[in-house]
Amino acid sequence: MTTSAIAAQLTEIVLAVLLAPLLTGWVNQCRAWLQNRTAPGVLQPYRVLAKLFMKEAVLAHNASPLFRAAPYIIFGCLALAAAIVPTLNTDLPLNAAADAIALVGLLALARFFIALAGMDIGTAFGTLGARREMLIGFLAEPALLMVLFTASIISQSTSLSTIVSVLAHREFVIYPSLALAGVAFTMVSLAENARIPIDNPSTHLELTMIHEAMILEYSGRHLAMIEWAASLKLFVYSCMGLALFFPFGVAQSGDWLGTVLAVPALALKLAAGGVALALIETVSAKMRIFRAPEFLATAFLLAVLAMLTHALLGA
Amino acid sequence: MFQHYGPQLVNLCAAVLLLLAFAMLTQRRILSVINLYAAQGLVLFASTALMAGLTGHLHLYGSALLTLVLKAIALPWILHRLIRRLNVKWDVETLLNVPTTMLVGIVLVILAFNLAAPISRLAGTVASASLGIALAGMLLSFLMMITRSKAVPQVIGFLSMENSLFFAATAAVYGMPMVVELGIALDLLVAAVILGVFLFEIRERFDSVDTRHLEKLKEH
Repeated sequence: MTTSAIAAQLTEIVLAVLLAPLLTGWVNQCRAWLQNRTAPGVLQPYRVLAKLFMKEAVLAHNASPLFRAAPYIIFGCLALAAAIVPTLNTDLPLNAAADAIALVGLLALARFFIALAGMDIGTAFGTLGARREMLIGFLAEPALLMVLFTASIISQSTSLSTIVSVLAHREFVIYPSLALAGVAFTMVSLAENARIPIDNPSTHLELTMIHEAMILEYSGRHLAMIEWAASLKLFVYSCMGLALFFPFGVAQSGDWLGTVLAVPALALKLAAGGVALALIETVSAKMRIFRAPEFLATAFLLAVLAMLTHALLGA
Repeated sequence: MFQHYGPQLVNLCAAVLLLLAFAMLTQRRILSVINLYAAQGLVLFASTALMAGLTGHLHLYGSALLTLVLKAIALPWILHRLIRRLNVKWDVETLLNVPTTMLVGIVLVILAFNLAAPISRLAGTVASASLGIALAGMLLSFLMMITRSKAVPQVIGFLSMENSLFFAATAAVYGMPMVVELGIALDLLVAAVILGVFLFEIRERFDSVDTRHLEKLKEH
């Protein structure tokens, strides 16, 4: 482990944590443009975070210590997840400790704690949201694992760094299996990030809400941490998608110029991804909650199909 | 460059065809099924044109053109007109268990891949590996014809089966002789017209195009 690797690792975490609200703001901006609304500005999530940090945190009388600790645990899990996904450089020291399966585990841990916190106060909405979140998570997780396994079989490794270096730095090959896996991954990330068609991220007023129902009891700095963690989750999923399906521009170890050039490349790719997400959310309608298993079963089967296609075509 | 990436692009087309076959299998709305069929025709055209470019077989260019005109433009247009005149444009297939259908579909895909493996080892073409996908597409179209109760999706299942058959022919032996291909194309067109007349007849008699009515022997 060299100092340059540690520097790359730290840069990546700091960049992810600082830029995550910007990505959320950009998606909201694109959505507003597509729906002919006046956009609140890309910096709005930062203003919301600043306002929430300034406010006093109000807790219910029967809130347990878990309720207070959960926002920090969730944020920590997602910051660590952001550290594992290679965005600028493939030389990440933490990647030796945690591979793609551990990444799914980290995301599951965050989901586990947010569901516990949702149930902690004992209100109807929190419990309802937690149960729905666990339902979605339980269906989405196998699909996500299958997508990651497809990429792992291609590159013969579950380490995300190796996957990225195989896909981006060897001779360019078109992988039909990754095309199928890409569709599956898009569906999984829509479900996991509480976006339309599974959940609506911009409302607290629907009986069908999932993510917002769990965090209704939070306020002040706790809510800020959770909102920030939600942005970070979107950022992590976007970067994971870019790492698996568009890994071009990520620098190899020791390539400092490449690392510097990777920053605008990442910004461009994320901006394009944000436009695509806003487009999907604008053209599709929210699904009934009982249709969600069907949606995620489709994602899982597509991911299985991707593995089968790889076995058949060898690519 | 083209010789290097061409076969990979044909494989990509094969994967997209498989994806479209699954999308058709699980799509409930008739209008979307027809659009998916048109997309399948376009992908088939792309893969055939790629094969023609890779191998230099002149008749493959002819088949590619035939595919584009017939399967991506003419037949979808006929089908669109048909559902407009039958007034079933917004019909939705209600009795369709998507997860079960897809599970059966996956089993069929595994079966088809295993069945095609020995054959594709013998074929010396650039896209011999995608023979399994063509076979899987055929079986999935069969499944679609079985699971649907409305007549129009059944017709589309039949048409999409021919698409897979055509893809299998190009993948295994660089296409059939031109006479056979023209014959099949004409058959398909005639079949679409006859089935159209047939559908009108069904509707005349039963006031719907649900083929389950045909299972009863007596009218009550």
